[in-house]
Amino acid sequence: MIRHLLSGADLDADTATQILDTAAEMATVAGREVKKLPALRGRTVVNLFYEDSTRTRISFEAAAKRLSADVINFSAKGSSVTKGESLKDTALTLQAMGADAVVVRHPASGAPHRLANWVDGSVVNAGDGTHEHPTQALLDAYTMRSRLGRLAGLHVAIVGDVLHSRVARSNVLLLSTLGAKVTLVGPPTLIPVNISAALAPGTDVSYDLDAVLPDVDVVMMLRVQRERMGDSYFPSAREYARRYGLDGPRMRRLPAHAIVMHPGPMNRGMEITPEVADSPRSTIVEQVANGVSVRMAVLYLLLGGNNR
Amino acid sequence: MAYPPAAQSSPPRQPSVKVILAAADVSRVVDRIAHQILEKTQGAADTVLLGIPTRGVPLARRLAGRISTFEDVAVPVGVLDITLYRDDLRRHATRAVGPTELPPGGIDGKRVILVDDVLFSGRTVRAALDALSDVGRPASVQLAVLVDRGHRELPIRADYVGKNIPTALAESVKVTLAETDGTDEVKLYGGATS
Repeated sequence: MIRHLLSGADLDADTATQILDTAAEMATVAGREVKKLPALRGRTVVNLFYEDSTRTRISFEAAAKRLSADVINFSAKGSSVTKGESLKDTALTLQAMGADAVVVRHPASGAPHRLANWVDGSVVNAGDGTHEHPTQALLDAYTMRSRLGRLAGLHVAIVGDVLHSRVARSNVLLLSTLGAKVTLVGPPTLIPVNISAALAPGTDVSYDLDAVLPDVDVVMMLRVQRERMGDSYFPSAREYARRYGLDGPRMRRLPAHAIVMHPGPMNRGMEITPEVADSPRSTIVEQVANGVSVRMAVLYLLLGGNNR
Repeated sequence: MAYPPAAQSSPPRQPSVKVILAAADVSRVVDRIAHQILEKTQGAADTVLLGIPTRGVPLARRLAGRISTFEDVAVPVGVLDITLYRDDLRRHATRAVGPTELPPGGIDGKRVILVDDVLFSGRTVRAALDALSDVGRPASVQLAVLVDRGHRELPIRADYVGKNIPTALAESVKVTLAETDGTDEVKLYGGATS
């Protein structure tokens, strides 16, 4: 088993499948009266969050607690970071406290990779800048597999702000490892040039959502990350929604079995309409529940045994 | 036969293999345990068999099959995976987690009989008892094993034993079953014998 989970590219098909299979067993715990397993008793997991997050932090916290680990939540607000402490000094402090795993979210791409060189424990990337968010890709893959029964051969459209999306990058890497075909859809300004060559050859790019929809099994809508952009990427929110938003008529052009995903948080009315978000095809709430199971599997596989 | 002199002074040491139970013996032993369960539980009412992976699972299914042949009662069978409850998780590379499948009626208020192939240190059974208390509250818990080889490290004993095999610690007992390994057999691998 690998020691850190920093990128969707860290996982080969066997390891990724092992995580998904383990997650399926972890999911059964959620239906039990005692939602607790003793596997990580006495281990300490630190949630190190330099960026705002609700679902990812809570999801990791619930996952670690269900495995009986001790959880320390650290958020940059209200910590010594506001006094100017560097990431390295914070890491060494956590190290001194005996953290067995550090779950890190950071606005700078690559921060978890640096952190992995400074601490003895395992580092799990919970989102770094516009780079990667591997556990989100795993829970998306888990959701697709549980809804559609397989991953190999699926055609997945990832739609929207690919440029700023760590979810898109991790998903392209993981899905291509697992044999799915990905088409990235969005305005030319929000899709990096040569992205398929850089990430996974075989990934298609399209600027026309309507042409792609009839042929996909999964459509994954990305949040338009206004906090990471000026207003220069597209003329207006309304025009964006008209061309790349998923609304009822577009959803009805999908094949009958196709599902709609969104990593959250949603901008309702921008990339997705409430009619679509709340439809039976939408897996958005399922994705949150699956997130806990997948993160339990990741923490167990990284920390459960003696992998040093 | 002429041996080279060196071999005479120090004979070749190789582990011995002894077949303790052959296929026919295994099936007789399973039959006997099934009869004992029926006798001790007055007809196996309100009883659930839970197999401990790997080989406890096919054993539990066989016991249920024999019980239904003998007395025409259907005993529910389930699987109890104990991986996450082991006390040696950190001494090994991460172990794969298997499924736990409880029968539809659940185990609350039932007599649960745990089934495993070999009873040795008792640590597996301890883990199984912990796992059991997290998935329900049985009225009572019993233990059935194909082989008891001794050397307990915990205060645990079996209610139904197919065969007691006195062993030395250096020896090992290996159970193979048709469902998992192709043949039914119990073998004793010796330490080095001279």
